[in-house]
Amino acid sequence: MNDNPFTPQSARIVRTYRLTDDVKFFQVRFLDMEQALTFKYRPGQFAMVSVLGAGEAPFCLSSPPSRPGLLEFCIRKVGSVTSALFDLKENALIGVRGPYGNGFPLDQMVGKDILITIGGLGVAPLRSVLLYCLDNRDQFRKVAVLYGAKKPSEMIFREEYFALKERGDLECHLAVDADDTGHWTENIGVVTTLFPKLSKINPEKTYGLVCGPPVMYKYVLREFVKLGIPKHQILMTLERRMKCGVGKCGHCAIDYIYTCLDGPVFTYWDVLHMRELI
Amino acid sequence: MRIIKLKKSHFHPFLETISQKAHLWAPVKKGDKYAFDRVEDFSRIEMKTTRTLLPPKKLMVPPSFNMFSFTADGYREDLSHISPKILFGIHPCDIHGLLTLDKLFTYQYSDPYYLKARQKTLILGLSCWPDEYCFAKSTRTHIIEEGFDLFFTDLEEYFLVWVGSSQGDDLIRMRPELFEENLTDAYIQRYIRWQKERENAYRTEINFVAMPDLMELKHKSAFWDEAGRACLACGSCSMVCPTCNCYNVQDKLALAGKPGRRLRSWDSCTLLDYSQVAGGENFREHKADRLRLWYTHKLQAFVSKYGKPSCVGCGRCLVTCPVEINVQTIAKSLQGEDPKAFWYRLQSEAKS
Repeated sequence: MNDNPFTPQSARIVRTYRLTDDVKFFQVRFLDMEQALTFKYRPGQFAMVSVLGAGEAPFCLSSPPSRPGLLEFCIRKVGSVTSALFDLKENALIGVRGPYGNGFPLDQMVGKDILITIGGLGVAPLRSVLLYCLDNRDQFRKVAVLYGAKKPSEMIFREEYFALKERGDLECHLAVDADDTGHWTENIGVVTTLFPKLSKINPEKTYGLVCGPPVMYKYVLREFVKLGIPKHQILMTLERRMKCGVGKCGHCAIDYIYTCLDGPVFTYWDVLHMRELI
Repeated sequence: MRIIKLKKSHFHPFLETISQKAHLWAPVKKGDKYAFDRVEDFSRIEMKTTRTLLPPKKLMVPPSFNMFSFTADGYREDLSHISPKILFGIHPCDIHGLLTLDKLFTYQYSDPYYLKARQKTLILGLSCWPDEYCFAKSTRTHIIEEGFDLFFTDLEEYFLVWVGSSQGDDLIRMRPELFEENLTDAYIQRYIRWQKERENAYRTEINFVAMPDLMELKHKSAFWDEAGRACLACGSCSMVCPTCNCYNVQDKLALAGKPGRRLRSWDSCTLLDYSQVAGGENFREHKADRLRLWYTHKLQAFVSKYGKPSCVGCGRCLVTCPVEINVQTIAKSLQGEDPKAFWYRLQSEAKS
């Protein structure tokens, strides 16, 4: 380790497999075992991942900090760095540095109801906080998940979420916009159609979390507000172009904040009083 | 702070001695402009310059440099572009520019490239006289009380020399016999008179106190769209601004056997792809949005974070922007003046 915060630390891809046509799962471990075990982060934080020769890009951590040793990412192939990542096989080396950003305010969320609303690849950051809540189940009151995807084959971690439905200590509602398989047993419709299925929550003591495609925010936020969740307890995580992750390169600036330092987790109040957030 | 004086005839002998310690950089003539350059022949140094084309940030974070070299074994930090320097002839506004960058580059995380270059550079400031584009008095950055090792005020046959740091004192002690401690009352009076005259020499004034509120109140004003139409999105304003810090990072592969390089280069938020993410989504596709971001950062955001604007009044955007979009014309537009009066492209559109 040196004192240069920009230095990518070598890490090995321990496991990788396809989640959907264009999304892959990566399980990664730092070569330095001590670093692997002491890498501390909060759900909602992100890391900068380097692929030799292709460059560096920010990715949210999908694993929960309650399971140390391995870092997990869900990555969609959209650009040059992700294309290079997709070409890498298990055992290949990448560079990782971080964690960066604020992450979810776990201290404040303890003892509250947690309502997680996921759209598509929005599962990537929210899986971290959900698994953290489940690993520390006694610290939270009600935990509920509403998860929507375009079609069954695009529901990332499908099996994981079907398994959650079997647990008695949380609520899990799944939906697809359209069923092209003919044997989808869950709901059909956009994710907001799941809200009526939700059992009663205590809105004053609820944190509402949302992540998904940009189009979804407006509608989900409206549902959260309708439920009576206070604006500062509605949390979302956003993405921006980033080149440094530590507030120097400027690319993720919004109004007077940097997404990398002051985000990527923002409240609904932030969205209302800062422009350009969503 | 200790203030002593140096006879002008002793100036070159002093430079002679201290330049043995580290390379000397100073403003020299470059075409019809000035630029900071390495100087071995002291007669090249321009003592009465206005602003240099590029601010001294180019010595702390060069326009493009290697952050890392990389091989299959990993990434190796590259600091080879950093060497000890003595930077002479930097004006108060530009020293304020560096102090502003200090804040940005050390906020929460320290940028080792900037910081190491900064620590290895001795700052020898020099007094200046404003031209019609300087408005450092409006930003209160026309005088400087910190951020230099030595500061030279050009006053008749002497330089009045402020010793601002222990390292500055070390330089003096290399040739103590060249300096004089005694400042007569008459000489001090001359300095006071000079300072007063300089205060009155600033012709361009901008009211910065009102800017954060005006930025907020005029956020949706149509003049931003007009500015967007006039703007060439060339990024020049960012390149010449002493406090613009944005950069891009790219990996370059080399021919077989040679390590690749991770390159860091200056970037500008006025360029089209600045806020574009993978997949093509661009959060600021319109020039108006990008210009507004530039000015939000300078005039509003920096005030809320650090208590003052990040503009230091050097006037470089005034002399550089080909279509006259600069802190002064934006400020005037925010205060309600018709932007068509000063943005060239709009003027020519109106004529045709």
